[in-house]
Parts: sequence; C-alpha cells; structure tokens
Amino acid sequence: MNRLIADDVTLGYDQRVIAERLSVEIPDNSFTVIVGPNACGKSTLLRALSRMLKPSHGRVLLDGQTIHAMPAKKVARTLGLLPQSSIAPDGITVGDLVARGRYPHQGLLRQWSAQDERVVRESMASTGVGELADRYVDELSGGQRQRVWIAMALAQQTPLLLLDEPTTYLDIQHQIDVLDLCAELHEEQGRTLVAVLHDLNHAARYATHLIALRDGAVIAEGAPAEIVTAELVEAVFGLPCQVISDPETGTPLVVPAARRGRTAVLRK
Amino acid sequence: MKSLKAVRTDSGLSIRVEPRALVVGVLLCVAALVVAVVLIGTGDFEIPATDVVSTLLGDGTTAHTFIVNDLRLPRVLVGLLVGAALGLAGAVFQSISRNPLGSPDIIGFGQGSTVGALTVIVLFQGSAATVAAGSLVGGLVTGVLIYLLAWKRGVHGYRLVLVGIGAAAVLTALNGYLLTKADLVDAARAYVWMAGSLDGRDWDQVWPLLGLCAVLVPLVLAYARPLRMLEMGDDVAYALGVRPERTRIVLMLSAVLLTASATAAAGPVSFVALTAPQLARRLTRSPGPNLVASLLMGAVLLIAADLAAQRAFGADVLPVGVLTGVLGGVYLLWLLVAERRAGRI
Repeated sequence: MNRLIADDVTLGYDQRVIAERLSVEIPDNSFTVIVGPNACGKSTLLRALSRMLKPSHGRVLLDGQTIHAMPAKKVARTLGLLPQSSIAPDGITVGDLVARGRYPHQGLLRQWSAQDERVVRESMASTGVGELADRYVDELSGGQRQRVWIAMALAQQTPLLLLDEPTTYLDIQHQIDVLDLCAELHEEQGRTLVAVLHDLNHAARYATHLIALRDGAVIAEGAPAEIVTAELVEAVFGLPCQVISDPETGTPLVVPAARRGRTAVLRK
Repeated sequence: MKSLKAVRTDSGLSIRVEPRALVVGVLLCVAALVVAVVLIGTGDFEIPATDVVSTLLGDGTTAHTFIVNDLRLPRVLVGLLVGAALGLAGAVFQSISRNPLGSPDIIGFGQGSTVGALTVIVLFQGSAATVAAGSLVGGLVTGVLIYLLAWKRGVHGYRLVLVGIGAAAVLTALNGYLLTKADLVDAARAYVWMAGSLDGRDWDQVWPLLGLCAVLVPLVLAYARPLRMLEMGDDVAYALGVRPERTRIVLMLSAVLLTASATAAAGPVSFVALTAPQLARRLTRSPGPNLVASLLMGAVLLIAADLAAQRAFGADVLPVGVLTGVLGGVYLLWLLVAERRAGRI
C-alpha cells in the first residue's frame, strides 16, 4: 500500500464542489505531477493531500491513518508542502528562514539542536543557497527565493514533499532550474515528490507518474510515455495537438496545432 | 548563519539565544528600574533616589515608607504592568495582522473599552470599580465583534486592520453621543478617564492586573514559536505543523484580555501598543514578533511618559495618556510616511 492516498474524497469550498468521489494514490518514491486545465481541481487536490482542506466525504490516508485525525506536528515530520503563497517576514535572512523548516522537529526545550544546524546547512547546500545564508531574503531574485523556500521545505526532512506550482512567476531558465533541482531531490535523496504544474511539457519531461485531471476527475494516470497522446491532451485540455518525441529526453512533447484560420489572416 | 545560536546541554536540551535581543532586554530592564526609582521619588514631596531604594528594601523612615509603599509604588507598578500588557498585546496584533498599524489602539479596542466605561459613568454614575469592569467588558465585546466581522476562512492582514478602523470610527461616534447625554459632573469624570492616567492608582489596581498578567504573559510567550511560523503565511505554517486558527484565537483572546485589563486600570493610554513593538524591533534587529522586547519596551515607555508628564511641564502635571498621545501621534505620522515610501500603502 502506498503512503499517501486520497480515498473517495469529495472536495470543495463552502457550497461549491470541486471534485466528487475522487480517488488518487501517490506511488511511493515517484515524482508525481498533477496536470489539468485551470479550475480542474489540481491545487484543491494538493491542498487535500496536505491536509489543509478537509474532504466533506471520504478521507486522505497517510501511512494508513486518516490524516486529519493525526497530530499536526507528526504529519509535518512526514509530509512537507511548498505552498503557492508564502511570505518572507521583513528583515529575515536566508539562514533564518531555512531554519524555520525545523519547526516540527523542535519543542519548547529543544529549540536549535546540533542536528537542526546540520540539516539546515545540508538543505542549503543541496539547493545551492549555502553562500546566501547571511543575505536578506528580500534582496534575492525570484529564482533564488524559490530555491530558499525549497531549502526550507527540505529542512523539514519529510519523505514526502508536495509542491504547489513551484515554477509559477519564474523565468524559463529558473523554471528549468527548479525542476532539475526537484528531479535531483527525487533521484538522489529518494523523496516522493508531488507537484502541480501548469506546463504539460515540463510535466511530461520530469514526472515519473502523471495524473491528468479534468473537472475534478482523473482522466488518465501513469508514466508520461504511456499516457500522453494527442487524444488525451484533447480530452483533458480541449487542445488539438501533435505529440512528438522530445529531442532531448525522448519523453512526449506536446505541440499545439496551429490555428489555420488565424495564421492565414496574419500572413496576409 | 551568524544569527542562530543556542545553549545546548548533553541531555539534548537546546535553547535559542539571540545575543543582541538579550542585551536589549537587559538594558530595558535596567532602564525600567531606573525610571521607576526616579518616578517614585517624584511628586509634591521629592525623595532622593538613594532613599527610595533603601525604603524599597525595607529600610526607610516612617514618612518615606508611607509615601513610597502606599502611595507611589502601586502607581508605578500599575504603570509598568499596563505598559507591559500593552506592549505585548501590540506585538501580538501587529504580528497577526502583519502590519504595524494592526495594533489594538488603532483597531478599535481602546474605543470599545471607552464605550464600556462611559456607559457606566454616564448612564449609571457607577463607582471606579464598576467603571473598570465596564471598560473590561467593552474591550472584550469589541474584540469578539471585530474577530467575527473580520473572519472569512481565518482572520488576518488588511481585513483585520480595515474592519478595526471601521469599528473604531463607529465606537468613537458612540462615545461622542454618550458624552452629549452626560451632565456636567459625569462629563468631566468621563474626560479624565478618557485621557488615560495613573493618578491615584493603588494596590487595588495592582493585584488584579498582576494576576491577569501572571497567567496571560506566560501563555502568550509559550505561543511565540507558532506565532513566528504564522508570519510566513497560513499555508507555510500549516505545512510546518502549526494550527493557524487555533494559534490565532488563543493569542488574540489573550491580547484582547491584556489590552482590556490595562485599559480598565489606567484608561485608554494611546499609542504604547502601537510604538513599543516597532521600537523594540528596531533595537533587536530581529525578525519575528519580538514579544519579550516589546513587553519591556512598553513598560519603559509608559513610566517614562508618566515621568515626563509630571516633570516636563512645570507646575502643570499632565495625565500620562496626553503625553503618549502626542508622542504616539508624531510617531504614527512618521510611520505612515515611511510605509508610503516603502510602497506598502
């Protein structure tokens, strides 16, 4: 049995239902990417998996236990989350921010152990921000800042790490940079990663397991090479396209069909 | 990582220490003691500082003992406690709202306490004790109302500040209405209360305030670590194992109680809750809520303002609230200009 499972969950905010009776399993040791059009419920699913949203029906299971009934800190030692919205407090340094990732391992009388210090150093080193430890977070570029937040999530030392659109607002080179970093964390440190991504080509290139959602339902899931086809993209996104082989990696590459009417007008 | 240091023992205990914050804390304690001794010596009957100290240590003349222990010490203690409570409550609210303007005196709690006190004074001509009770109830009811009005899947940030400013405006109008209903004697009494003053405070005010602080201050300080996590946003805090709404309710309730009991004891002493956390933060240069430093800073600010109010204007002894109001008003203008420059408003 896999460690993280959404079992027959109905998700929504107030009266608005986003997903009904949805079941998803995150394969252990995978880099799972959830894709789908806007408002398909991918971020909502991630919020439910990270126990920030309580399902109105069904339950999310972590290691076989209902996640909402578990002590908050215990969950935080197993399951980390890098949310979309995070605020760097005024005047905080990189080292200080990354150190906050140790919170679930600390207590009133165990505030900053030698182990905390070591883990924070390692997390900064593996995300390439070790040099920045004494810099202020507000001085950094968007790409550096995202690395710092990832370092904080790593310092939490959770075997499972969820990332909600970690590449949004970043330039293309920083997007690839962050995704390479994720792939590294997955391959070298053996963590299970779950990310929501907007870009289907990024998803197809980096994911080992892809979950395609539409209107709160799973349309397909599996290895990108097996499931990403022109029919699937059309079914999920309503986008006519060709799927070719990525010349760099051999993974599926989605090329949207040209809109002939419009290009004809532009050419005149 | 220069900023992170800890004292560690072999048994696995580790306590974080911030050297700069520690020095600031010690200096503020010393400042509080010095100002307190000078303040006890100040009045119609001046007592030299050395005599104040020896009297406090139980070694004074009968006259000095009466003046120091029965008249002036309780007043200074009320000042210290009120200042500390306001400083701590201000730090909590500013941290929760992530906004230096989100302090209890800006977002309506002072005005709410005033409504309670004026109701007792004007409509019931109540005693000093019932006025204090009225003010306490007024502050608590206002706190709960603002929480409920600002609640939408959690309370935070601008919503709390905006709802609070709106509430403050309505409550100020209500206070104006109550004053028009008052006869001359009651109105005079109401104005004295509204200025915020330590005059005539005795041990009857000290004990309840001390009792409340003894419970609430440790409670708030125990929540300092989750509060620090909340500053990164609810989602990050949640991911780290903090329960945002529960943390906020405990802290806001404690801060409302602290503010309301401080106001019940000394009237609405304005701007201490607003300024103390900001000054403390600039001294410690530490991110995070700076709770202990804010508490100490509040205590020092309040009795220093009381000393200035008694000494600085010759024969005119002012209520302490007038002085903190003037100083705080100047500070608020500066803060607004600075925030504007930083592009935050």
